[in-house]
Amino acid sequence: MKCRKCGGTAVLELRRHNAAFCADDFQEFFRNQVREAIRRHRMFTIDEPVLVAVSGGKDSLALWDVLIDEGYRTTGLYLDLGIFDYSVESRGKCEAFAAARGVPLMIKRVEEEVGAPVPVIKQVTRRPPCSGCGLSKRYLMNRAALEAGMPVVATGHNLDDEAATLFGSVMHWQMDSLPRQSPALASTHPKLVRRVKPLYRLSERETAAFAFLRRIDYIVDECPFAKGATSIAHKEILNRMEDASPGAKHNFLFGFLEKARPAFERAEAVVLNECVRCGQVTTGTLCAFCKLADQVKRSV
Amino acid sequence: MKVVLRNPRREVELAGNRRVKDVLRELDILPETVLVIRGDELVTADQLVTDADTIELRPVMSGGAQ
Repeated sequence: MKCRKCGGTAVLELRRHNAAFCADDFQEFFRNQVREAIRRHRMFTIDEPVLVAVSGGKDSLALWDVLIDEGYRTTGLYLDLGIFDYSVESRGKCEAFAAARGVPLMIKRVEEEVGAPVPVIKQVTRRPPCSGCGLSKRYLMNRAALEAGMPVVATGHNLDDEAATLFGSVMHWQMDSLPRQSPALASTHPKLVRRVKPLYRLSERETAAFAFLRRIDYIVDECPFAKGATSIAHKEILNRMEDASPGAKHNFLFGFLEKARPAFERAEAVVLNECVRCGQVTTGTLCAFCKLADQVKRSV
Repeated sequence: MKVVLRNPRREVELAGNRRVKDVLRELDILPETVLVIRGDELVTADQLVTDADTIELRPVMSGGAQ
């Protein structure tokens, strides 16, 4: 197989683009996709500080790598979930990455913030572990950015993540989730920072290939709680469709973003309040994070 | 050839030379879900893997809390 650009030996075939690339031209293709995402959705400017949420996995470290090379002023944020050896190893990957590139890394421990690590939260809430984990991550990312005076948080969500989330929302016709699914969510309240996903145009195989070719030392092992997660089941279904029809995931997600999403936007905007306890944004009086912390406090 | 699989880590022996796409088909693995690594290089589905080679099929899927 030959590289579409230079004719050299290809290292990766991208069936959905009907193309294959050598290592150098693939990396340029990857960077161009990130540049296009940032430009198209006005995610951030070169003058703005960007908080990059990193997990130690391929996506977030690949994103951080690109943004550093593009000259953005970035700070990493690692949330220590307290998931046994998995968290110890993933934290180590983030610390090594930041040290090697001389970029700042903030670390927040969920145990300190919520009152217990994710495995205990799972037991206390009797809900899937990803539920309390996702809630804590979104809350802590926003709060950390506000406290550090950063206007935007960038996450490593890729095309597969976004297509799987959309698939789940459509399967249950979650009318509140559909309009919120976007590569860039604007700040709609002084205490909500912008949330952006510069990798949404790239599949997870592409981010894995980029991380491998850039020799990024990322955690390959899966989170022990992800086994059996609904998002994984949805990804498997979508990958079967992709195998039968290359481009299926791209068409599903981009078709939604370009054609269908506006139809789901509500006529009335949601009223946002500040949590009576922590002051962060909520649609009620006490935010979901404080409710979770209360529940943990009562049980631990 | 030796094929290294992850999550959990295990090894499978296959006899004879094959193209990467045939290895994947034989192990019932979708090409979209893995990187195929030989040494420190990525290899495409049309490439031949010989009996003496070791290849790693590294899963690319991550998931859970979004």
